[in-house]
Parts: sequence; structure tokens; C-alpha cells
Amino acid sequence: MAKQIVVISGKGGTGKTVLTASFAALAKNKIMVDCDVDAADLHLLLSPVVKTRHEFRSGRTAVIDMKKCQKCGTCLPICRFEAVRPDFRIEHFSCEGCGLCFHICPHGAIHMDENVAGEWFVSDTKFGSFVHAKLGVAEENSGKLVAKIRQIAKELAEKQALDYVIIDGPPGIGCPVIASLSGVDCALIVTEPTLSGLHDAGRVFEVAKHFNIPVKFVVNKYDLNPAMTERIEEFCRTQGVPVIGKIAFDTTVVQAVVEGKSIVEYAKCPTENEVRKIWERINRGL
Amino acid sequence: MIISVASGKGGTGKTTVAVNLALSLNNVRFLDCDVEEPNAHIFLKPRMNGKKSATIPVPEVDEAKCTYCGKCREVCAYHAIAVLPESDSAKGNVLIFQHLCHGCGACRLLCPQGAIKEVNRAIGVIEIGDKDAIQFIHGRLNVGEAMSPPLIRQVKAYTNNTKTVIIDAPPGTSCPVITAVKGSDFCVLVTEPTPFGLNDLVSAIDVLKRLEIPFGVVINRSDLGDGNVDQFCQDNNIPVLLRIPFDKEIALLYSCGIPLVQKKTEYKEAFRMLFEEIKSNIVR
Repeated sequence: MAKQIVVISGKGGTGKTVLTASFAALAKNKIMVDCDVDAADLHLLLSPVVKTRHEFRSGRTAVIDMKKCQKCGTCLPICRFEAVRPDFRIEHFSCEGCGLCFHICPHGAIHMDENVAGEWFVSDTKFGSFVHAKLGVAEENSGKLVAKIRQIAKELAEKQALDYVIIDGPPGIGCPVIASLSGVDCALIVTEPTLSGLHDAGRVFEVAKHFNIPVKFVVNKYDLNPAMTERIEEFCRTQGVPVIGKIAFDTTVVQAVVEGKSIVEYAKCPTENEVRKIWERINRGL
Repeated sequence: MIISVASGKGGTGKTTVAVNLALSLNNVRFLDCDVEEPNAHIFLKPRMNGKKSATIPVPEVDEAKCTYCGKCREVCAYHAIAVLPESDSAKGNVLIFQHLCHGCGACRLLCPQGAIKEVNRAIGVIEIGDKDAIQFIHGRLNVGEAMSPPLIRQVKAYTNNTKTVIIDAPPGTSCPVITAVKGSDFCVLVTEPTPFGLNDLVSAIDVLKRLEIPFGVVINRSDLGDGNVDQFCQDNNIPVLLRIPFDKEIALLYSCGIPLVQKKTEYKEAFRMLFEEIKSNIVR
């Protein structure tokens, strides 16, 4: 069975996508998944050619039929999501689709519409197949969309007898992160030597622990504050988690992103060398 | 006035902008609504003087009244309730999956027997404090908890119309962000001049247009990357309110949790100017 590796961070902007794209370039027999569905960027480094696109239907939204509505106000105070406006229009982006207003309206003026909450794609890239998605503007259920594209990737990996599913995770610790983490073989936490980076990595580490996921750490831009890097390494020692790489601050990475390339393809440089080692160490640990 | 600070992409400098703006103004209430990963306290170092549990209401069934009719299961849109009906050999049972419950209250209101009451389930904490004249409130979601919007709404309940309220929003473009920025008078979008920054800025702008919130852009690390964010803003008539160049000293201050304006006081003026820009953009 294909090994699933997810790159997460807690804090945003620490280098998840840059690392994921590099692993995509380095791994053999793999499929990639971008689970950061509400700020997806991996496609910018993989130049996908979309092969199939699919609607993602999830959840419902209340709609008030103004012809039937008597403006009696029954629905107003019972909505806990502040979704019924005083003019009896539903704010689509606030409605969580619970249907309470639909059930309780004395005039049968409310119905529930199924949401098209986004779109997902299976694409070909220079490195292999890629499953990605676009959450609709101001839509919810990103966790369900993540679960969906992970399931598709897993099925494709099985069908094509692939060795790896490489997953770009979202920031934070909430529902899309939990959906990205569940059942993976390795979570790579990439952090930076800042108090925020340490704080946030610590929290997402707790989430991974909570779900019994094996964790490894990478410190990106480690030389911007060596003392803070030491604190992160100390944290990892006390937690019994390996730090499998330290990447120096390098503006070449920014240039590679601007060119739409992974650092591995872009240039022979210390960063590229360190990223290769990190991938080897992940592989050895699986 | 409510000013939210958001970004599509994470790590672009939301907290830096929110904190330094707060420190450059008077009469501020600061709400850190990035409840999954709250960081503003690291920089503001408020003296905390209040803490309360943040909860959502979840159903509890009174078995004495329940007839296992299954109405609650039928109305629950989140599949958080299962009902095993009574039979000759076994007594009925109602199973509540608390982590799936959004706390909408439909099961309680619609139970024909009045057999359901709601009890509070903790999903995180709200902490209240102050830093000099800044009133500080943040939420901290419990680890393993999936749903942040209820906690964000509870932090936002501390909005105060007599003050300048600064909201530090979470990254992304989905429900946590929408919950955080909804109702703002203005939203500052912080980005970086890279393809990632631009791509996620475009998504964030779609959200703000949908919410009808006026916005402007702050470009952080403005000298690393390319000119496409600038070009995009120019082409679309989007005000660029402030540019912060990359500077190793700024990065080092950030890493130690020291607000920029404390050590590089010239930025205080820049953030006051940012506030003036925001005000003029709201009027327009």
C-alpha cells in the first residue's frame, strides 16, 4: 500500500508547499494531493493539466421564498448562526445548513438547497498525477472536501500501484488539518525559528499526537534565529521527535517560486541539497 | 470602527500588521480570532485577568421522556444523532456524536416529547487581558477540536463600538475567515509579492467582495519576489496601503516576539498613516 506523507505546520507560510513540491520531484511512483483547499498553491509549482473536473456537493443552505414569507419573524431568533437577516434574506455564507428554520417556518416558506461547495480535479503534472480542489468562494465544509480528494488519491494510488501519496496540508489545527492528517504514515511538521512558529508547531504536534500519527520536524530558515532553532530542537528532544532537517534562509527559494518550480528543479544549491536529505530521511523512517 | 486583518495565504504578516497597528493607535480593543493558532499575545504580552470556557450547546436526552421516535435523528443535518428504537428484547437508545454537533438546537426545539435539553460542551477558552491602554481578547481552540467558528463568534461578542476594534483573522478563505471578518468596516489584506501571495490574495478578495467589505492591501517583504501583486492591485484599482520591505532585523524582532514599532519607532508613523488610509477608504 502506498505510504501517505502530509506536510503541515500549524503556522502558515513556513514552507509547506515548497517542501511538498520538492518531494513531488524527488519521490518515485507517487501521486500528489493539495489539501489546503481554501488557499491552494501547490498547482503553481506543478503546472497541472486538468484531466477531469468534478463538482463537490456538500451541505445545504436555507432559501426563503419571499412570495410565501409572511415576515412573522419565527425564524429570526432561533438561528444560531446569525444567518437570517432582518429583511428575511438568508446570508448564504453564514448559514450552516442545519435546517431548523426550514422545519419551524409556519408558512412553509423555506426550503433547503444543496450546495455546490467547490470543485475538485485530477490532473497530470510533470511529476505524476495530482488531485486538487478549489473551494467555492465563502463556502464551508473544507474538511469534507479534503477527505474527498484524499480518498480519490488513495484509490488512484491503489489502482496504479503507487508507492507514495504526498499531501500538502493546510495551516491551523482545525477541521481541514484533522482531515489531512487522519491515517497518514508520516506527518512532517515544518516550522520556523520564531516564537509563533514554535507555539503553533507545538499545537499541531499535539493534534498529530492525539490522532497517533508519527511526526518528524523540519526547521526552515533556521539561521534567522539560531537560539530559537535550538529551542525548537530542545522541544523535539523532550518530546522524542526527530528533527530531520534544517534549511537556511535562502532567497533562491523565492526565485524558484516566482519561476513556478520546485527548488529541486530550479538550482543546485545548499537548500536543494538539504531538501534531498530530508526526503531520504523521511523515506528511511517509513 | 472594526478593522479586520486577513490574508488568503498564511504567514504573510497578519499578526505583525494587526499588533503594530494596535500599538500605534489609541483606544483599541484587540480581538485575536485566529483561534486555531493565536499568536498576538506573544507580541502584545497582555496581562491576563479573565478566563472563561467557550462552549457549544449539545443535546442531552431525558430517557424517561424519550419514546425513541427518531425525530431528532431525522432533523439533525450533521448526522450527530443515532436512534436505536425500542424492541421486545432491548430498550431503546439515543447516541449523540458530540464532535459532529454544530449546536443548532434543532433536535431540542423539534423533539415532540420535549425530551431533549442542551448542555454545554467546552471547545476552547477565551482569555481577556490588557496591555497598557489596549484591551485584549483571544480565543484558543482545544486541540483535536474541528470547528472554530463558534469560538470565533464568541470572541467577536467582545466587539465594542466606542473603540477601534482590531481583529486578527485566521488564514484561508473558508468559514473561519468569514466568521472572523464578517461585519468589519474595513479589511486589511496582508500579502507577499510571490505567485502564492497573489493567488491567495485573489481568493481572499473574492470573499470580501461577497461580504461587501471594503479592503486594501499591505505588501509584506515587498522587495522579495516579483511585481505581479503590485500590477494586479494597480489594474484592479485596489489601494496598496503600506509596503514593508524584507529586513533581517525585522525578521529577528518577529522571531523573538518583539513588536516592530517598539524597536523601529519610524514604523509607528507608518502604521498611523495606514490607519488614516483605512479611514479615508471607508469614507470613499
